[in-house]
Amino acid sequence: MKIEGKNALVTGASRGIGREIALELARQGANVAVNYAGSEKMANDVVDEIKSLGREAFAVQADVADGDAVSNMMKRVIEQFGSIDILVNNAGITRDNLLMRMKEEDWDAVIDTNLKGVFLCTKAVTRQMMKQRSGRIINISSIVGVGGNAGQANYVAAKAGVIGLTKTTAKELASRGITVNAVAPGFITTDMTDQLNEEMKAEMLKQIPLARLGEPQDIAKVVAFLASEESRYMTGQTLHVDGGMIM
Amino acid sequence: MAEVLERVTKIIVDRLGVEESQVKLEATFKEDLGADSLDVVELVMELEDEFDMEISDDDAEKIQTVGDAVNYIQANS
Repeated sequence: MKIEGKNALVTGASRGIGREIALELARQGANVAVNYAGSEKMANDVVDEIKSLGREAFAVQADVADGDAVSNMMKRVIEQFGSIDILVNNAGITRDNLLMRMKEEDWDAVIDTNLKGVFLCTKAVTRQMMKQRSGRIINISSIVGVGGNAGQANYVAAKAGVIGLTKTTAKELASRGITVNAVAPGFITTDMTDQLNEEMKAEMLKQIPLARLGEPQDIAKVVAFLASEESRYMTGQTLHVDGGMIM
Repeated sequence: MAEVLERVTKIIVDRLGVEESQVKLEATFKEDLGADSLDVVELVMELEDEFDMEISDDDAEKIQTVGDAVNYIQANS
């Protein structure tokens, strides 16, 4: 796929799906800025792995829910790479609970990181991409943002919001050569899904026609496609990568 | 004044593809010069680069004519 020599920023790239996306983009030839919020060591491991693939990489700390931190991160990436061709908004957290038990602060924390974070990073990168007259923005939503999920009101609301934001951003930026698409992963094996209890996992497996959990790699491959020249006629779309859970 | 107007005019002509004679102080970007909202955002970005200044979102919204842009730059640079 054609992303050779492109410069990418992946948020929340120190572990899980973000880590795999960063590595996959590098395997396909991109240089990658590895954003992390707290896991510096893990982010540095990802950087080392990318460098061993012969690509440029560096770790950049920023809380995506903090506007100033996000603009500083974007400045740093542009200084370092000279351009930014691919932004993957992947950073996300969970604070699961039933609606009736959900604390307001848990609602706010998830909306801030998972939805506002996408807005802030997109806004910050748009200036550069508009100047370049090209860019790829890929937002990581979730299949629960399409179908709902008991116990995740905050997460689901944020992930559904990301789909709407994807469509609007796609419409606003299409005339400037920037495409914006979303990927909605299903049930993928990561630290985040390890937190779900066995009952929830068993329940979800029943709903997966392909009868297995997804791997981070399953998501990363689709993201790499959306980041590439091959997907140039797609914008505003949400690709479900979920083993067929929601059709 | 003249020098700022000259530089602003050049950017507008390049960006919006209008004739230099159309770029009058009272000309509005949207109605008179045919810019859409995104064009105006881009113009402001280019003015920021050209004059090495930052124009806040609130101030940017007030810039509707060529004269607004020139006055803003003179008052703030």
